[in-house]
Amino acid sequence: MSRHVVVLAGGLSHERDVSLRSGSRLYESLRHHGMEVTLRDVDSDLIPWLIETKPDAAIITLHGGRGENGAIQGILEMVGVPYLGTPAKNCRLAWEKNIAKNLVERSGFTTPSWMSLSHNTFRDLGAGALIDALVGYLGLPLMVKPQHGGSALGASVVRSAGELPAALVGAFAYGEIVVVEIFVDGVELAITVIEEADGARALPAVEIAPSSGIFDYESRYTAGLTTYFTPARLSDEVAAAAADLAIGAHRVLGLRDVSRTDAIASPDGTVHFLEVNVSPGLTETSMLPMSVSAAGRDLGDVYANLVERAIARAV
Amino acid sequence: MTGNSLDQHMQRYAQRTNGMRASAIRALFAVANRPEVVSLAGGMPYLKSLPLESLAAEAGALVAEEGLVALQYGSGQGIPQLREQICQVMALEGISAHPDDVMVTVGSQMALDLTTRIFCDPGDVILAEAPSYVGALGTFRAYQADVVHVAMDDDGLIPEALFAAIDACAVAGRRVKLLYTIPNFHNPAGVTLSDERRPIIAEICREAGIAVLEDNPYGLLGFDDRLRRALRADDPDNVIYLGSFSKTFAPGLRVGWVLAPHAVREKLVLANEAATLNPPVFNQMLISRYLAKFDWLGQIKAYRNTYAERRDAMLGALQTHMPEGTTWTDPDGGFYVWVTLPEGFDAAAMLPRAVTARVAYVPGTAFYADGLGSRQLRLSYCFPTSERIVEGVRRLAGVLDNELDVMRTFGTSVSRPAVGPASPSPDTA
Repeated sequence: MSRHVVVLAGGLSHERDVSLRSGSRLYESLRHHGMEVTLRDVDSDLIPWLIETKPDAAIITLHGGRGENGAIQGILEMVGVPYLGTPAKNCRLAWEKNIAKNLVERSGFTTPSWMSLSHNTFRDLGAGALIDALVGYLGLPLMVKPQHGGSALGASVVRSAGELPAALVGAFAYGEIVVVEIFVDGVELAITVIEEADGARALPAVEIAPSSGIFDYESRYTAGLTTYFTPARLSDEVAAAAADLAIGAHRVLGLRDVSRTDAIASPDGTVHFLEVNVSPGLTETSMLPMSVSAAGRDLGDVYANLVERAIARAV
Repeated sequence: MTGNSLDQHMQRYAQRTNGMRASAIRALFAVANRPEVVSLAGGMPYLKSLPLESLAAEAGALVAEEGLVALQYGSGQGIPQLREQICQVMALEGISAHPDDVMVTVGSQMALDLTTRIFCDPGDVILAEAPSYVGALGTFRAYQADVVHVAMDDDGLIPEALFAAIDACAVAGRRVKLLYTIPNFHNPAGVTLSDERRPIIAEICREAGIAVLEDNPYGLLGFDDRLRRALRADDPDNVIYLGSFSKTFAPGLRVGWVLAPHAVREKLVLANEAATLNPPVFNQMLISRYLAKFDWLGQIKAYRNTYAERRDAMLGALQTHMPEGTTWTDPDGGFYVWVTLPEGFDAAAMLPRAVTARVAYVPGTAFYADGLGSRQLRLSYCFPTSERIVEGVRRLAGVLDNELDVMRTFGTSVSRPAVGPASPSPDTA
């Protein structure tokens, strides 16, 4: 009997546009795979619809906000719809970039030193003094990004202390907390982990080489502005370290089914953890589909297998 | 090992595609269309007031009675009957025109494109109000024309500023081809060119050898029932006039027109045929029937009443909620209020915060070709109900409060990268 799967896409986060493209692509892949698929937005009719329709499984291709902070996962748990991906409580760990960095670092991996600070902290303690302290403590250059969300929205590289206020203002437009971390110059990597019958395994890492030097929103979603190498041009040792890091992050954060870890390989061969995504992008310019393809797999096959795992878990 | 840039054509594109890139700001408008968000962004007419059942019957009758014509290729210039009716529409604003000088286009946006195509080489200058319609700026950029903005005040384009701009271009040895102007209920500024200035502006351009491109989608949507005389009415040889059914009837039909001097019209027809072969015949015939059989002037009056009520709601809400130092225009018609925020605000940088608060607007930088407009934003009152407009302005005020809080923390002199004009899109029309 054909499975009925609902692909949740859209939502109200700043990444709605990207999510719609991810959802649409997965919808087509699964349909070609012979599944009955409903592509659905997240709105006030969703919960009654889930209860009434009772799909066999849900796939969350929402990026940012409720799709990654565990809210939708929690709702699916409440209404009893099996879903592909990380459980709600663990989504929250991955969603908070500073908590994810902390847990991954405690597991013995490397992550750039950082501070996580709210706007209230800057306001109450004085921005000038705090900026001076930040630069004194972490040094330069720095990466500034919102604590939550992806697609490089609100993220910027700061090369002098004078640039920091503007970068902070830009990041605070997307949320009340920012992460300021040491900017590591190196090879930017995206490593996808999928779980199958034989356990979690890392797919070939994608090396990201934006022509502008910065992998910002424009470089991510304009085909032609970034060159991708899959597998990444790494020594066997560094490639293995990148895979270990991604699997390690997947495990320590309690992620499930699929995740994508973003990392930097510095010239000395160290692979630094940056952040992890529980709902990786699936657009035409996203890295997960590149990894799947490089592994000789089909996106629809991979997700169809994961759907079966999700359904089997619920039985 | 060769990497994959995901676009094998990257080295083949024309230079004019350089600005055609993904934009985080543009992507935010995907959220604006959701019902949870009060969108004060798009210029969408309030179509619920149209007689949809009667229109459905008319569309059915059109297929049944004239389907073999309505569904066939047609004239590149547009169907003669509609062109005659368009002349009657334009007569309301003092224009005396022959149907032969009218060409129907796929929305007036296509007329803008074709006019720019036949007049402008790369590097030519087009003068345009400051600010100006984002869709026009996108078209001008696509043809690599340079826009020089000309200041406006509450009475529209300032003649002295127009003089100065023309002089400055002459001194710089630059070739000015067109003045692009929206004289009535300006998009985005909401102001109207005064009666006194109209002949002055026309004369300045005539004397300087600059053609006037008069874009008038909102002319019939004045709240005082007074019809302004079109620039074209008194200068048929130097004014190219653009009209549209998008704001007075239905934008989904994508039917607009251009009225041009005979020689210009000849070139426009050739350009139109090259671009689209012909404007959609079915849509033209449906509009023709609508103009012939329906109380279309009564419909425009109904639109006007709705928009006037919503304009009042928006102005009242702005008065109640906006922080000190904020100013805005007071439109006598059309769809838009142009808001100027106090020093230090950056409307584009603030848009993610607004989306989080479930309210959307168009940042002012979209309406300038030169990076200005960071403190400004366009609010539309045409589509949401008055209650939603008040709620949207209230949410916007909260966004401004939060932004002010951040500015107090980090200082108002924080410079942020300017966001250039967005590409035209239905969200910013």
